[in-house]
Amino acid sequence: MSPETTIQAAMITPLVGAVLISFAGRWPNVRETITLVTAVIMFYLVASLYPHVMDGGRPSLVVGEMLPGLPIAFMVEPLGLLFALIASFLWIINSIYSIGYMRAHNEKKQTRFYVCFALALASSVAIAFAGNMLTLFVFYEALTISTYPLVTHAGSDKAKQGGRVYLGILLSTSIGLLFLAIVWTWMIAGTVDFTPGGILEGKASATVIGILLALYMFGIGKAALMPFHRWLPAAMVAPTPVSALLHAVAVVKAGVFTIVKVVVYIFGIDLLSVMANSDWLLYISGFTLLCASIVALRQDNLKRRLAYSTISQLSYVVMATAILAPLSIVGATLHIAAHAFGKITLFFAAGSIYTVSHKTEVSQLDGIGRRMPWTMGAFAIGALSMIGVPPTAGFISKWYILHGALDSGQILAVAVIILSTLLNAGYFLPIVYAAFFRKAQGEHGEAPLPIVIALTLTAAGTVLFFFFPGIFLELARQLI
Amino acid sequence: MIDGQLPILQVVLPLMMAPVTLILRNPRAAWMLTLVVTWATFTISLSLLMQVLDSGTIIYKIGGWAAPWGIEYVLDKVGAFVMVIVSGIGSIVLTYSRRSVEMEVPEDRIYLFYTMFLLCLTGLMGIVITGDVFNLFVFLEISSLSSYVLISLGKDRRALTAAFRYLIMGTIGATFYIIGVGLMYMMTGTLNMADLSALIPAVADTRTIQAALAFLTVGICLKLALFPLHLWLPNAYTYAPSVVTAFLASTATKVAVYVLIRIVFTVFGGVGVMEGLGVQHILMALALTAMFAASTIAIYQNNVKRLFAYSSVAQIGYIILGLSFVSESGVAAGIIHLFNHAIMKCAIFMGLGCVVLRIGGVTIKDMHGLGHRMPWTMGAIVLGGLSLIGIPMTVGFVSKWYLVRAALEKDMWFIAVLIVLSSLLAVIYVWRIVEAAYLKPVPENAAPVHEAPISMLLPLWVMALASIYFGLDATNTLSIALDAANALLHGGVL
Amino acid sequence: MDAFSGLFNYWIVVVLMMMGFYIVISQQNLIKKIVGLNVFQVSVFVFYISMGKIKGGSAPILADGIEIYSNPLPHVLILTAIVVGVATTALGLALTVRIKNAYGTIEEDEIEAMENTPSNKTPEATS
Repeated sequence: MSPETTIQAAMITPLVGAVLISFAGRWPNVRETITLVTAVIMFYLVASLYPHVMDGGRPSLVVGEMLPGLPIAFMVEPLGLLFALIASFLWIINSIYSIGYMRAHNEKKQTRFYVCFALALASSVAIAFAGNMLTLFVFYEALTISTYPLVTHAGSDKAKQGGRVYLGILLSTSIGLLFLAIVWTWMIAGTVDFTPGGILEGKASATVIGILLALYMFGIGKAALMPFHRWLPAAMVAPTPVSALLHAVAVVKAGVFTIVKVVVYIFGIDLLSVMANSDWLLYISGFTLLCASIVALRQDNLKRRLAYSTISQLSYVVMATAILAPLSIVGATLHIAAHAFGKITLFFAAGSIYTVSHKTEVSQLDGIGRRMPWTMGAFAIGALSMIGVPPTAGFISKWYILHGALDSGQILAVAVIILSTLLNAGYFLPIVYAAFFRKAQGEHGEAPLPIVIALTLTAAGTVLFFFFPGIFLELARQLI
Repeated sequence: MIDGQLPILQVVLPLMMAPVTLILRNPRAAWMLTLVVTWATFTISLSLLMQVLDSGTIIYKIGGWAAPWGIEYVLDKVGAFVMVIVSGIGSIVLTYSRRSVEMEVPEDRIYLFYTMFLLCLTGLMGIVITGDVFNLFVFLEISSLSSYVLISLGKDRRALTAAFRYLIMGTIGATFYIIGVGLMYMMTGTLNMADLSALIPAVADTRTIQAALAFLTVGICLKLALFPLHLWLPNAYTYAPSVVTAFLASTATKVAVYVLIRIVFTVFGGVGVMEGLGVQHILMALALTAMFAASTIAIYQNNVKRLFAYSSVAQIGYIILGLSFVSESGVAAGIIHLFNHAIMKCAIFMGLGCVVLRIGGVTIKDMHGLGHRMPWTMGAIVLGGLSLIGIPMTVGFVSKWYLVRAALEKDMWFIAVLIVLSSLLAVIYVWRIVEAAYLKPVPENAAPVHEAPISMLLPLWVMALASIYFGLDATNTLSIALDAANALLHGGVL
Repeated sequence: MDAFSGLFNYWIVVVLMMMGFYIVISQQNLIKKIVGLNVFQVSVFVFYISMGKIKGGSAPILADGIEIYSNPLPHVLILTAIVVGVATTALGLALTVRIKNAYGTIEEDEIEAMENTPSNKTPEATS
């Protein structure tokens, strides 16, 4: 298969999967097999693009013109491939997990759940491969819409409220700010293609570039930059597999991915680094980083604590990008991958605990580690990765970010990273401690097998990432 | 041979067939005949559009009398495009109409419904194709009178008062228009549009011509329901039979917009009234007010038909806003939104017709849990709603893209901000329906409900999918709109 | 004085028009509204007809010795407008009859009061 066909196939596979799933709704086993098979095929297709990209190829595909002069176009470049690889790989594991979780909870409307999931993944991969800003925006909104039914899955009033916040913030930032930014960029530059080195150089005054940057950064609400972060905790009303794959990996990573893309391919690092007024991005991301960590300290609900942790970890990526040093961009890219593995493990663990014991609060977890050794073991690994302790994935990415910050003399960024590491330890380690060293309460065992398999795999991935970062590192290196 | 006669056929065919339905009396036969006629006009419209795109404006002299003494039919790009919209919507709606009409209109009046429908179509087609300002008035009244009747056929007795109110306001609008025509005639001695546009510049500074412009604009704005002249619209749309609402919402106001385009850009094309006399700023201010006021009112409506009626008022604001930029992309945005809005509103109102058929009402409460009970119907309504918001991959996005572009081109960034803000209001009213349909439980004592019949779902989904298709591949429609805008702005002579 | 006497036909038109318009707006009775609408339209008819008249002009029939003709076109036009006006009036009256049957009154304020009372038919419930 030529790479162009592969791109097409990789995006169409989940769509076909979604259709088949909706037809197979009556037979759960068939339905879930289709999901798994679709996920595996999709991952295979995405992975088969890897050698091409490593050889310096940039396979691209133009589907058609949406507006005169503005095609729906796709182009696979290292950053996008990395994002697509992670999303499609974790979808396989997450599907295994979903099967265990959804069955154990006897959730209703599971068919809709799997269909929307496949649609969300299709949108994510399309975002990853988008060749221009218009294409990216189209699928960015598709991702929002397709995840809304997942967030409100429970159908309760609480879910409705959560859905309102989710949709309200994501749509208003994207339509209100991002959309304006894209049209404006198009007017100034005459194109919105992702071009290495950026497209705005010499086309507009510093003030306009500054405004555009702000429109983009806040417009990409999925990156959860404060003050537009509230949707992420609100989305936690969704079933745990949704929080795990979408609100720790696909959706939020789509956000920071877009930010990195915009900075690298629309503005261009060189353009921004000579501009005086782009420092605020560093401050605001640093602020978000610390603030979210402090809020996380005070959350007793486990999933909410994880959500705030995600907000702060996303800001790592934004901050690393804002440092604008080549090494920190590598760090940002790696962090997208590293955080994905760590955070999905943590969410898997949270869901696993909820499935068996219906415990949702941190304060109820005393001694749970002895009853659920696999779950809590994986949780501990995920937590270490969040803090950035070797031998976990988080260490690698933080290392690069720190390196980049030191290289470019951003002492403030260094300080923020160190402080936040302490805060991370402050809100994760007590959980691990309580789980293993406090007296247990309640009678229950380990979670169902699919759940345990899934979280063990991702925990193992987190550790393996540390020892073999090569795949991702090579991709990230290609970026600069 | 017949090729040359196609323009007149567009008007004559429905006009002649209207009395035939009256004679037929049989509801089924009347429907069949009307169906054939509407699809025929749609086919002719398409071939006319092709002709216009290939070889330029078509001019047809009625009875062979040359203008300015005879009446001319003139079809340029805008006209052909609007004609395709009107006849296309007409044929889709009519395909859908049989079951809905059977339920909402008393059986002994069904054949009258189709007679009126054909007359209304005649009027609308005539308005689009004529090149004579007085002839336009006659067609305007044909379409208006028949639409008053169509609205009054609604089941609720409030349909009668709504029709009456529309009659009063519509007649005042039409009379204003004819006063304007009279004043122009006094100064130029002609009624032919092309002639007028050549003669008006010489007398443009007289108070008579300025008064004529004022009368014309106000009269037409009454017909197209520009805020604050929209008062007739919400009740008329709410209480009319669903089929009528779907048809009128996507054609009648659109054709009125077309008349405005003709007057402002063709008849007064040589004068630049938009910039010169400040018409631009007045229209822009009213359009923006419409976008916000009507959307806000829509949020608080409990009758969903009424909600979307107010949303129509807001969307007309978008169209007028596009025109008021007087730039190529602005006018193109107006024209393309005319098309896009017709598609999405038609889908939404047809969907609501299905709900009426099965549930009997369209309040928010009637919608509770409907997403699971009538998944196809609600799916189409939601698609239409997403299009109203302007989500990418729907037609609404295309319009919004060009509107924002037009605003930014003119450095009116605050208007760009207002455009996106007002579309966020659409999120609120659309999501009220989504939440009711998907997140509210089915009422406990609700009778079991079937999905709407396939004869209604099919046209409904054709429209819903059209709103996606033309959102993904807008190159063709947009290039027509851009061409048309270009022609209008440069001389605008037919 | 010329502004008045020279243009007296227009003054009549304006006065008639405003009278008609005022009746449409101020009257609650639907029949009176229609009458007002008619007065309003008639003013436009007068306007058109007087517009075509030329001082000293005769009817536009070719005959020896007559040089100046009145313009017949506005007269013809207004014939069409009169037909439209009659149709509108007929439809308005028909609607009024139907309204009388449905509401038992043709006073607009009473109809409005009836429409606004929640008792009639499906009350639009709040959600």
